[in-house]
Amino acid sequence: MTVTAERIGRSAVAAYPQVRHRLLAGVDSREDLAAYLATGGFAPLADPRALAADVDAVRLRGRGGAAFPLGRKLAAVTAAASAAGAVPVVVANGEEGEPASVKDRWLLRHRPHLVLDGLRLAAAVVRADAVHAYVSDGESADSLRTAAAELAARSVWDAGLVVTVVAPGYVAGEETALVRAVNGGPALPTEKPPRPFEAGVGGRPTLVSNVETLAGLALLHRLGAAGYGGPGETFLLTLTGCAAAGLYEVPTGVTLREVLAWRGVDPGGVPGVVMGGYFGGLLGPAALDVPLDHDAMRAAGSGLGCAAIAVIPPADCPVRLAAALMAYFALENAGQCGSCFNGTAAMRVGLDALREGRAGPPEVERLRYLSGFLPGRGACGTLDGAAAVAASLLREFPGVVAGHAGGHGHGRCDACAAPEVPGPPFAVEPPSAAGAG
Amino acid sequence: MRIKLDRPQCDGFGVCGLHAPEVFSLDEWGYATLVDRSGEVPARSEAQVRKALASCPVHAITTLDDGS
Repeated sequence: MTVTAERIGRSAVAAYPQVRHRLLAGVDSREDLAAYLATGGFAPLADPRALAADVDAVRLRGRGGAAFPLGRKLAAVTAAASAAGAVPVVVANGEEGEPASVKDRWLLRHRPHLVLDGLRLAAAVVRADAVHAYVSDGESADSLRTAAAELAARSVWDAGLVVTVVAPGYVAGEETALVRAVNGGPALPTEKPPRPFEAGVGGRPTLVSNVETLAGLALLHRLGAAGYGGPGETFLLTLTGCAAAGLYEVPTGVTLREVLAWRGVDPGGVPGVVMGGYFGGLLGPAALDVPLDHDAMRAAGSGLGCAAIAVIPPADCPVRLAAALMAYFALENAGQCGSCFNGTAAMRVGLDALREGRAGPPEVERLRYLSGFLPGRGACGTLDGAAAVAASLLREFPGVVAGHAGGHGHGRCDACAAPEVPGPPFAVEPPSAAGAG
Repeated sequence: MRIKLDRPQCDGFGVCGLHAPEVFSLDEWGYATLVDRSGEVPARSEAQVRKALASCPVHAITTLDDGS
């Protein structure tokens, strides 16, 4: 797919007031090993069990999208390795397939040592003897390879990092697709079981962890549980769809309204948001006041996901947007599971009809049925994400949907009548970390 | 009895859903998903599931039990 992505500028990478020296840390060109060591990085790990206990204490969760507790993953890999008499493998997952997110590539391009420090710590906790990184971004791969060479040259950490580079794709970052690709196959998901913690790279128990999660583990090691957690905890938010598109480090629990106010954006007239990534679906304007944390977002019927948040512009239409998102899912699914390639195509037909003013109540009912029936019917989460787009449109915007469902072209709004915009909605690219310019 | 259904492997013949509708849920295109996602098969359905397993044209169903 031709990607028409807007590049996030360096000036649009910023930390929320009072957030200091955590993930963004004021870095605007690639941080080398000397600079990272000066922050206290790569400090010896005296007690891996104590670090694992801190992971549980601060409830460190995966930042790849699923918010799975890192502590449970560490324990599962350790237990599986022990049961099988095998030595685990750890993989840093930086394959950022979400078009509206730049955080993982920003971290790898700018702060590779922070990510590798986290990978080192994860490897120590599960006692892995093989370390991998998995990316699709060329600058990220170069940054990682340079970092590994710096670490080996200074004898800080010589772990034989293996970097696997794949073609970018929405499904390529899914953990079973990662395992399949690192093992030499295509970057496409597989059926579970086994999950990677049971049998992953080389058939060994494998910890697959998102690069922001690993960066968090490195911060936790430096700051301790008291310094890392609580009100000081932060995450990276990719904001799109408004004049303040950018990458921001914000405290957990802040609201989107507060973030927009900080960036000088008036949220008046905003019809809603795409929350957490394409798979999080749409939320109405009430989402502006929901605390940005996993539990509150789940209670609001969505999820923080990978914290890619797109503000729907006041002149845009949720129906047009849902149709564009579904077109993306229909094109970018792996083409493997019949329920997924048929289901996304069928939901696309329904949403296109709604956008084009050809749908009536029966078409809306069919969308409702499909979006309720299809979740759980694919080997990976893609179909669930696609169904969430359709279901959330119907749930969050019933009036807009009804207004579009008059049939025979009566319901077309200006945004839906405008020429189709090609490419994935809200697609963005991270800034380059090369040079100081 | 515990089974695995490989959905990327499934080609939508729907034979499993005919033999063991309690265990295999078919979508409108004939593609199957396990009703109980854990793969556990109730004892009363085991005979039908074995028929489904043997007659799947693409071998998308496997048993996870040793020696069965």
